[in-house]
Amino acid sequence: MTPLQRHHGIFFLVLRRLRAPLIVLITILAVSVLGLTLAPGLDGAGRLSFFHAFYFISYTATTIGFGEIPVEFSNQQRMWVTICIYLSVIGWAYTLGTVFTLLADRNLHLAIRTQRFARAVRRLREPFYLVCGYGETGRLICSALDRMGVRAVVVELDDAKVGELDLHGYTADVPALAADAGNPETLSFAGLTSPHCAGVIALTDDDSANLAIAITARLLAPRLPALCRAESPETAANMASFGTRHIINPFEKFSEYMALAVQSPAAWQLLAWLTSLPGSTVEHHRDPPRGHWILCGHGRFGKAMLSTLSRESMPVTVIDRQPPGDAPHRWVQGDGTGAEALLAADVRQAVGLIAATSSDVDNLSAAVTARGLNPGLFVVLRQNHYSNHALFDAFDADFNMVPSEIIAHECLAVLSTPLLAPFLREMKARDEEWRVWLLKRLTGRFGWEAPTVWSERINIARAPALHRRLMAGEEVGLDTLLRSPQKRAEYLPCEVLYIQRDDSDHLVMPLGDTLVRPGDELLLAGRRRARGALGLSLANEQALAYLLSGVDLPGGWIWERLARRKQIRKERRLPG
Amino acid sequence: MNLEKVIFGFFIVLAATLNFGFFTGDIDNPAHHDVYELFAAIVVSLIATVLKFGDRTQIGAVHLSTSLVADLQLIAAAMVWGYAAHVSPAGLTPEMVARVVSLSGGALLANGVSVVILIAETIMQRR
Repeated sequence: MTPLQRHHGIFFLVLRRLRAPLIVLITILAVSVLGLTLAPGLDGAGRLSFFHAFYFISYTATTIGFGEIPVEFSNQQRMWVTICIYLSVIGWAYTLGTVFTLLADRNLHLAIRTQRFARAVRRLREPFYLVCGYGETGRLICSALDRMGVRAVVVELDDAKVGELDLHGYTADVPALAADAGNPETLSFAGLTSPHCAGVIALTDDDSANLAIAITARLLAPRLPALCRAESPETAANMASFGTRHIINPFEKFSEYMALAVQSPAAWQLLAWLTSLPGSTVEHHRDPPRGHWILCGHGRFGKAMLSTLSRESMPVTVIDRQPPGDAPHRWVQGDGTGAEALLAADVRQAVGLIAATSSDVDNLSAAVTARGLNPGLFVVLRQNHYSNHALFDAFDADFNMVPSEIIAHECLAVLSTPLLAPFLREMKARDEEWRVWLLKRLTGRFGWEAPTVWSERINIARAPALHRRLMAGEEVGLDTLLRSPQKRAEYLPCEVLYIQRDDSDHLVMPLGDTLVRPGDELLLAGRRRARGALGLSLANEQALAYLLSGVDLPGGWIWERLARRKQIRKERRLPG
Repeated sequence: MNLEKVIFGFFIVLAATLNFGFFTGDIDNPAHHDVYELFAAIVVSLIATVLKFGDRTQIGAVHLSTSLVADLQLIAAAMVWGYAAHVSPAGLTPEMVARVVSLSGGALLANGVSVVILIAETIMQRR
């Protein structure tokens, strides 16, 4: 596939292919006109002049056919015109045939599409993310970005998936190209080096392609954050070696979540709530119990889960066809789908089962058999293919581990709010009681639907009105700031979770009387409308003045003058 | 020797020579300027233009533009002739002939530039 080198010269390509038919057409017209001027006319009328001959041939060759103009033709002239008609038909047929062949040409299509894509990307004048790979994860990310109002550019190898993108119906147009994202040239067409590119997300299901994207991004656009999916530890290590900022391994990530869920259910639920995809609702899970676990399938995911569980010092029995190496775990040979292997692994005494093979059917079969033997079992299911969604929904496992969703969650958390990571770290460091309090407070106020999580920086660009007032020495507390700019008595439906101060100081869950300082970065969570309202108070002088003083400032020069005069008169009157 | 180059050079030089043939003579004497020669000059000039399509080099671009200038001038000359011979009540007066010939003179200059470029290109290749 090398449409890219050629894409500059589509116009010239078309012209060059049309050279022969155009010359044929010109020659035929010239010969016809010349012949008609030479043919003798009826007595008294003489020969046709060039003007009349050109006029006649023009309407005859284009099959308009007005008849014999200006005077009736002689038989010699008619004979020549007959030849001309057939000649011109041949000329037009040849030309049109070439044009249609050209339009149907696959290379030309590819070149036109590439050029259109490159133009669409060049015309983007707002921040966009470059998403490589439009599979299940890519789709989730694109629709989440779309809901967040951020633009995306997609590069996908499979033509059919690119076609699907048009059918999806995003609110904003998503430029997409069917090409190999591992090719650096493709990436630069897709806007990798554009000043508006906000980040690269490599989600292809091929680790080596993701690696190629990571190194391209690192070299061509070193300042851009790159989020790369890596399913094998070798690829992850390779990516880390040249400083890829965010490497996402879905299996590792899920085991981390699992470990968190075992250690601290409240922290896990908070995390799930804060990073849930826009528009979804977090479901309540029961918390994973401590005790004897059974692991079916000792693959990549199985290994990650095994190390997590043994770190939590829980006994694990592994069911696999091969022994799990030298690890100190009990091993039962089998594939977990049959009752014998499960019984041999003491399924009746176990508290939990992890079905972690790479086959969805095997996982479901093992889970169904195990639930039959022990109905209270906590089941963790690995779902490999999104298309099996209905089956997994019907089974109602305690945890569904869907790699595409995990990657999407992680990407969104990293992209939308970089402050979320330090907040989550801080949260993990606190005690369980505090976390339960926090969870109750937040979900009690905002419900279990996915919240809007965003950050605001108090600087001249993002919050000009507030910044000016703060620099003038005014004191503004969070309690005053987080109110509705329409009705001061009402609080906005949002909470400040975390404040990052300039001097590497930070505050977690600041109280209402905390004063805002210039340069602060705030992490907020709440409903969507609170974000717009707060943005208004931060940027708009009038709205902020109303929040702080309760007085509606007059807008416009005339009203400001009048208001000032009234104020001066009032002041003058006072001493008298 | 390259057949394509022969045809290319042939049409460019032929366009210039036909144009010159039409141009020479007293500027306002219809007897010195044959309309068939003008017709031939236009057709050959158009073909030369199409031959220059699709060349992406700098020299190719200049070739194409000079050729387009020549076409424009010659077609304008043909239109003036058509107006004089068939529309204007006075017919083909010496004044009108002078207009036609001076327009073709402009085209001759453009064709001359084309030929110069062709020669320069040939010399640059040194083969």
